[in-house]
Amino acid sequence: MIRTPLRPLARILTARANGENPDVIERENLRQRHAEMQAASRQRAEGRLLVLGVFFLVAFTAIAVRMGALATSEAVEPVASTAGGSGIAMQRADIVDRKGRILATNFETHSLYAQPPQMVDPEGAVERLVEIFPDLDRDRLLEDFTGKRKFVWIKKKISPEQKQAVHDIGDPGLLFGPREMRLYPNGSLAAHVMGGAGFGKEGVTAAEVIGVAGVEKQFDDYLRDPANGGRPLQLSLDLTVQAASEQVLLGGMKLMNAKGATSVLMDVYTGEVISVVSLPDFDPNDRPRPPTSGFDPSVSPLFNRAVQGVYELGSTFKIFTAAQAVDLGLVNSETIIDTSGPMRIGRFPIGEFNNKNYGKLSVADIIVNSSNRGTGRLALQIGAERQQQFLRALGMFDPTPIEIVEASGGQPLKPKKWGELSTVTISYGHGLSTSPMHLAAGYAAIANGGRYVSPTILRQTGPQLGDRVMSEDAAAQARAMLRKVVTSGTASFGEVPGYQVGGKTGTADKPKPRGGYYESKVIATFAAMFPAHDPKYVLIVTLDEPSVIAHGEERRTAGWTAVPVAGEMIGRIAPLLGLRPQVEPDQITGITLTSN
Amino acid sequence: MKTLLYIVTSLAVLGLAFWAYRENYTTQQVLKETRSLQRQIGAQQARLSVLRAEWAYLNRPQRLRELAELNFDRLSLLPLRPEQFGRVDEVAYPRDEDVIEFSNGVEVSSLNARRDQP
Repeated sequence: MIRTPLRPLARILTARANGENPDVIERENLRQRHAEMQAASRQRAEGRLLVLGVFFLVAFTAIAVRMGALATSEAVEPVASTAGGSGIAMQRADIVDRKGRILATNFETHSLYAQPPQMVDPEGAVERLVEIFPDLDRDRLLEDFTGKRKFVWIKKKISPEQKQAVHDIGDPGLLFGPREMRLYPNGSLAAHVMGGAGFGKEGVTAAEVIGVAGVEKQFDDYLRDPANGGRPLQLSLDLTVQAASEQVLLGGMKLMNAKGATSVLMDVYTGEVISVVSLPDFDPNDRPRPPTSGFDPSVSPLFNRAVQGVYELGSTFKIFTAAQAVDLGLVNSETIIDTSGPMRIGRFPIGEFNNKNYGKLSVADIIVNSSNRGTGRLALQIGAERQQQFLRALGMFDPTPIEIVEASGGQPLKPKKWGELSTVTISYGHGLSTSPMHLAAGYAAIANGGRYVSPTILRQTGPQLGDRVMSEDAAAQARAMLRKVVTSGTASFGEVPGYQVGGKTGTADKPKPRGGYYESKVIATFAAMFPAHDPKYVLIVTLDEPSVIAHGEERRTAGWTAVPVAGEMIGRIAPLLGLRPQVEPDQITGITLTSN
Repeated sequence: MKTLLYIVTSLAVLGLAFWAYRENYTTQQVLKETRSLQRQIGAQQARLSVLRAEWAYLNRPQRLRELAELNFDRLSLLPLRPEQFGRVDEVAYPRDEDVIEFSNGVEVSSLNARRDQP
């Protein structure tokens, strides 16, 4: 660029010669120069603005195009990056037993819906649908199909055969959607633990499967968490033991004319519940609706007696009193206690079963003969405060921590005012209502040498080392007493050769819903542990309103009802648990090979 | 000299273009195979879960009990009792002629499987 001088000599001289002011020329030139500079800088700024504008235009266009593409295209599942890697995760993880056998899994099936505007022959379709599904309401369906509705659900789950049959109707308005359904291949086995599952949010192409009860509800988040990669939930239950327990208990319940029955089998070191049965039961594949009327929820098969049913469990509690008295050093199992009557706390007389009078008995014999007055006197020595502490340590005041959703409903009922009378009655199991699961945890503490174990439904890898609730020695003395109950006491039908059963019976009158007790309705309980010298398992069997005719008499006590059932059950399940009987096997007949 | 350089360069460009073209197609082919394999894996896994459910259903304790009762004449199966525990040394070794060798096993895992691959 040629720079024009501000004062060009030629023009200045000319101007001076003409007598003009040369400064005018300089200012004129300066103005021109400024104008040029202004134009140049404007141009540069405009160029920059243009570049910036183009940049923003491109950026916004790119975002708009991408958003448009995302909004208008069909969503596609991302393809797994590694072939044969984690695989396709199921919507809901399986539930397996302690040996990996399936208790709950998923099954692909279809749902059936209709779009009436697309139907060719609604009347004919209704006729044929009712033939395939007899439970459909024909008039209702016809009204739906011929009315204004654009979408009608017909069936949530249909089998492949039914799907084919509907397909054969050939109506374009009948459509299928894929569904994943929860399948319990073992039917009613462990129904109360499983609970059941139902559909949550439903769409045409998929539906949420959510747990509605039992472990399905308790572990709903775990089971549905894709981060687990479909890893199954392993329970502590054993399928074969559970099946055998259910069979024996059902037979026992029928034989003893009982209205309901429950059993809990628990490992005393790990707290694993190996089998838990509550009868009557139901099929979780087709879970019945909860009762909407009626006073007593325990009539429904959905009611889990093992964890929800809080009952006064009667004399089974006596061993806690005896164990605590020994633990505190007040007595030992040979100390003589006077159990003769009469004994009165306030206005209430404390009596024995059938108004017997045992006289002076050792502590062990108090348990063997199940003396109310004997345990009552022990409890008075212990005192209300220490008794409460002990029972609280055994978990008798809170719902059991077992991981079934219903367990939180099993809140024990304890007296509002824990006076001297309560101390005495609770010492023999009246006035405090707990579930059989509570009792199992309490007996497990005696069985394992004095440590509390919290019952769990999940597979454990090692023993729980819970809080110590009583000394080793007290627990050992209590076990010896329980063994004696079976060898020479009220539970003689519970003897199973080879397994040295120890246990305590309990027969409690059933409370009326409006206060007071029934005359002839009882809850019979047998709490057992085996083998008694080194217990591995605790078994609780409870029968609701049993009654059996034996030796020409109607009998309801646990010794005649719950104990034989428990004995039979131990004989069936102990071999399945791999416990070797500690006797000579009877007459070896020679082993025959049935297969190689 | 310059001409030679131009020829070599253009030949190299041609060669590289051809190589890139081929690589592109091989990649697409591999991707396609991967997708197909993953579809197959998915189908097989669905099939596997169905088979597992079926296995569990056929082995449910109630059915086995009924079968044992139905076939009591032939098998004489009874529940395990404590008396049946024996010692290992009471069991005889099988004789050689008792051992059956499986030579003609039939693979059934993919029977009735859905065939939804090309």
